[in-house]
Amino acid sequence: MWTLLRIELFKIFRRPRTYIPFGAIAAMILIIQLGLKFDGRSYLELMMSSLSDSFFIPYNMIMNGYLVAFVILNTLLIQVPLLVALVAGDIIAGEANMGTLRLLVIRPVSRTRLLLVKFFASVVYTVALLVWMAVLSLFLSMLLFGTNDMMIARNTVMEQIRSSDVLWRYIAAFGYATVALSTVAALAFLLSVFADNSIGPIVSTISIVIVLTILSEMRIPLYDNTVKPWLFTSHMLAWKGFFYSQSDGQGAAIPGSVENLPAILRSLGILLLYIFGFVTAAIVSFKKKDILS
Amino acid sequence: MKYLLLFFLVVAKSPAWAQSPDALLQKVRARLDQINDYQATGTMKTNVPFLKVPEAQVTVYFKRPDRLKIRNDKGISLVPRGAVTISLNNLLRGDYTVLDAGKDTAGGQTVKVVKLLPKDDNADLVLSTLYIDEPRLLILKARTTTRENGTYEVEMSYGKYIANALPDRVVFSFNTKNYKLPKGITFDYDDGSAKNPPAGGAKGSVEIRYSSYIINKGVPDSVFQ
Repeated sequence: MWTLLRIELFKIFRRPRTYIPFGAIAAMILIIQLGLKFDGRSYLELMMSSLSDSFFIPYNMIMNGYLVAFVILNTLLIQVPLLVALVAGDIIAGEANMGTLRLLVIRPVSRTRLLLVKFFASVVYTVALLVWMAVLSLFLSMLLFGTNDMMIARNTVMEQIRSSDVLWRYIAAFGYATVALSTVAALAFLLSVFADNSIGPIVSTISIVIVLTILSEMRIPLYDNTVKPWLFTSHMLAWKGFFYSQSDGQGAAIPGSVENLPAILRSLGILLLYIFGFVTAAIVSFKKKDILS
Repeated sequence: MKYLLLFFLVVAKSPAWAQSPDALLQKVRARLDQINDYQATGTMKTNVPFLKVPEAQVTVYFKRPDRLKIRNDKGISLVPRGAVTISLNNLLRGDYTVLDAGKDTAGGQTVKVVKLLPKDDNADLVLSTLYIDEPRLLILKARTTTRENGTYEVEMSYGKYIANALPDRVVFSFNTKNYKLPKGITFDYDDGSAKNPPAGGAKGSVEIRYSSYIINKGVPDSVFQ
């Protein structure tokens, strides 16, 4: 299994296009960091406009590495699924397109094992992408902007997290994001089984993610409590839940707490179910598939 | 003789015998004027409906005539506008017309109520109401209305530093505006639980509990920059 995984990883990381998402992420992060470095105050003034009448806002202290990383993740975790789909959507369909899929399945390795290895290779790629993102968005921002307490603007609440209470939340959030992006990888992987050309599964995955993300953000009575809770895109934002603290009776944030951990774990469970469902469906379909390419 | 004695007793108890509000204010002011500067450490607790912030360790610096700074050396603290009045020295600066507004209760005791109207028509302060503990010459509560920052209230409890007329605990209350950002900007995670959005335009408060003061030992000007 390990040898097969190494072969798959070699195939992924040998292709130049694998590195396009790494380059794209680096470019986007650097642009956002540059923008916030020179005009971060305008961004904060917008976010805190209703507070500035009642409070003195220390903008220079609020614009720190932790906040910058949060802003970047907020922006990029919507686009990164599309980058994950580039590799995961290609992993089977790309072989079919090149005519190597038939050669692959005649080897003495079961189709289930082959597919599992290919999926794990996609997950490893996703993790590599996230580590790259973490290094640039978090550690580079900490270096460029310094650290301080983190202020998070929510819909109706402004949260403050002590600087000593932030890093573990990022680790948890990146861990969660790995599962969230693996769900997208699993979807692209499933679609990849049905195609002989990688463009189809990549574009389909991107389209599905975009449409479902829009649906997840819409507020429609009845739909809100019936369909929305079961869309996987509704749960992809749960990484943010790690940055929401519980409050005591007087409204003060409790350091080290998470506002609604059961809800995050439920979201995590739903995403894991989706991954299991997508991968199982891919294996079942692939086992029945008559491979002609 | 009996009636004469009764007369003196009544007169001695009557408010007319009590000091005038001007004199009372002068005495309170004289007491506060003994403080040239201080540096106080304490904890600050913010209670605003739309703010979820942890308790903070703060240092409060004051220097006459009217400089005040609340600093959190270990992080960020959002300081309400108008919080400069938590130092009563700042509140009593300037020329006022002083009015006697009778008696009321504050901090569980009967206090003298004095209203201050600034003589300067362009002053930011519109009206200040002070609740003064007459025998101890301490301000227990102050309600201030300004042109720029609305109305706020300061309540003080005294303890260890009562000799210097410096409070152990200050609660600063103020009015806040609505806070709401579009969901399309914040992309909040909806965990499915029922949310009760904080009431808009509610009152907020900041409570500072002082643990120690360093009084009249000098505070560098650089602190206030």
